[in-house]
Amino acid sequence: MSTINQPAAPSRLAVPELLVGIGLLACAGAVAWQTLAIPVSPLYSKVGPTVFPYLTMVGLAVLSLLLILAAFRGGWQPEEEKETPTDWKAMGFVIIGLLANLLLIRPLGFTAASVIMFVLVCYGFGSRHTLRDALTGLILALAAYFGFARALGVNIGAGFIENQLNAAIDTIIGALGG
Amino acid sequence: METLGHLAHGFSVAFTPMNLMWCLLGTTLGTAIGVLPGLGPALTIALLLPITYQVAPEASFILFAGIYYGAMYGGSTTSILLNTPGESATIVTALEGNKMARSGRGGAALATSAIGSFVAGTLGTLGVAFLAPVVVKFALAFGPAEYFSLMVLAFITVSAVLGSSSVRGLTSLFAGFVIGMIGVDLQTGQPRFTFGSTELLDGVDVIIAAVGLFAVGETIYMASRRYAGKDEIVPLKGSLYMTAAEWGRSWKAWLRGAAIGFPIGAMPAGGAEIPTFLSYAVEKKLSKHKQEFGTVGAIEGVAGPEAANNASAAGVLVPMLTLGLPTSATAAIMLSAFQSYGINPGPLLLTTQANLVWGLIASLFIANVILVVLNLPLIGLWVRLLKIPAPHLYAGILVFATVGTYGISQSPIDLVILYLLGAAGFLMRRFDFPTAPVIIGMILGPLAETQFRRAMTISNGDWSVFYKHPLSLTLLTLAFIGLVGPHIWAFIEHRRRRGTEHVPGDA
Repeated sequence: MSTINQPAAPSRLAVPELLVGIGLLACAGAVAWQTLAIPVSPLYSKVGPTVFPYLTMVGLAVLSLLLILAAFRGGWQPEEEKETPTDWKAMGFVIIGLLANLLLIRPLGFTAASVIMFVLVCYGFGSRHTLRDALTGLILALAAYFGFARALGVNIGAGFIENQLNAAIDTIIGALGG
Repeated sequence: METLGHLAHGFSVAFTPMNLMWCLLGTTLGTAIGVLPGLGPALTIALLLPITYQVAPEASFILFAGIYYGAMYGGSTTSILLNTPGESATIVTALEGNKMARSGRGGAALATSAIGSFVAGTLGTLGVAFLAPVVVKFALAFGPAEYFSLMVLAFITVSAVLGSSSVRGLTSLFAGFVIGMIGVDLQTGQPRFTFGSTELLDGVDVIIAAVGLFAVGETIYMASRRYAGKDEIVPLKGSLYMTAAEWGRSWKAWLRGAAIGFPIGAMPAGGAEIPTFLSYAVEKKLSKHKQEFGTVGAIEGVAGPEAANNASAAGVLVPMLTLGLPTSATAAIMLSAFQSYGINPGPLLLTTQANLVWGLIASLFIANVILVVLNLPLIGLWVRLLKIPAPHLYAGILVFATVGTYGISQSPIDLVILYLLGAAGFLMRRFDFPTAPVIIGMILGPLAETQFRRAMTISNGDWSVFYKHPLSLTLLTLAFIGLVGPHIWAFIEHRRRRGTEHVPGDA
């Protein structure tokens, strides 16, 4: 429940936790910098738009100092978490998949970008049936595009695949109607 | 009884064919996402928020409430058969439930958790119906200062009292405040925390925050942890019917679980962890079959916590509907759905939106009936969902994350924010920071700020309003005790233990 009753283990500096604490302190700094940038009208000088940002900034700074202190006392990660090595390769493929999606969604449209992301993420998670994954991803992306997005009235960027399919659907409807 | 009249009216709203369909859709979807590891009700409701532009408030809240209740039922299936608690609230169910499944009594475990969820969910919903009007009478006396103090109390309980560390919980909460403040300040029109970017003037959408933290962060985390041991699915063995002895051991546990869960859920503290752990401890103490706990699995250890979990989920709706005070991530996202309709949950909600509130409560009773049917006779269907291979599951989650985010304004900037929040979510998962306080802080923070400024304007800038009003002072004192109390307690315990057994060299 609390940070006080840590076992009396030899306290070593925990570097990852220290970095987390320093990162948070930097965030508090960014909050302070952005708060100073808020123009305050004298009309609202009593409880203006900066009071809460300042309170938040002070809170974050105090909390990050407490975290840094905890890092100097050996950190707070459970042993189990530390013992499991990070699978950098899997993580890398997931991140590459996300970045590919970000870069390709404008030029290629939602479906194509999603399929590429789907395949990369599947590969990262250890799947080696790339063709099957691509097909699954395509079905899922189309279902998401035509089902989810259309049903919710959400407009997702259409690309080559969506336009071709929309045109095909229109042709079929036209042929049936004619 | 006034409440019964309101309830009858509520049933007339909920029993329209369209609303029944929304209820069925919500409960089915809720069970599915509850069963699937990696997906939760908060994320699902966030992804479905755009529906608020399409349908009437009654329909979307019946859908959301169905998802909320359904996820509780589905989550227990995963805990019992896979030993991977989908949510913190079902950790305890996994303790005994998975042991029961391994010793061939999975069917009885699933049955007691589904029927227990039904009993406790129904009792909890009755509790909401009867308690909500009482809380409203009390809440009408609240001024801005009291509201602010109440929110402070809720902030402390959701972040500092629950969870493994108050410092990390509060850090998450404050991070949520920062995200919530991004955008134009509604009272003065000044942009805040926008880093000069016009895209950020509207603030960070709650969909992006929830999807980033829960979906993207979770996926990256699961990818990074592939070397950790995998849990296998225990095949479903044993009849779904409980024996007379099992009924006899279950029903008292259900009632006790409901009695523990509902009040704790209904307090502005919320959270399902404390009631489930408490119920587990009580059942273990009262059980005549103590040797089964932790070995072959004791049915009371599933029945009690499962009931407590569902009753507290119902209880969370009381502060949500009567005070506009969400105490879980799911409730916070439901609050933002209210905001999207321009409805302000608060003491007046029960009178101004009687159709909505009572229709919602009535639909919860219906949802419980549907859910017990969905989760017992149709259990085989949900077990199959567990067999979806992890690569497809997580890649699919990311596709839906893209739909939800990119659909907001077709802006790649939104995806950048999504991935940044996803990276933050990953780090939080890796370093054991709770994520729910971020969402609560992000949604409740700006509301607390509004009440704070309102109180200060009324008092002409005099801070004493917060401690001169007795009610406000009481709430702030409780918050202070919640923050400091556990530490002092731990310190005293530490001292006492050190006094009795002296540890040499422990300076």
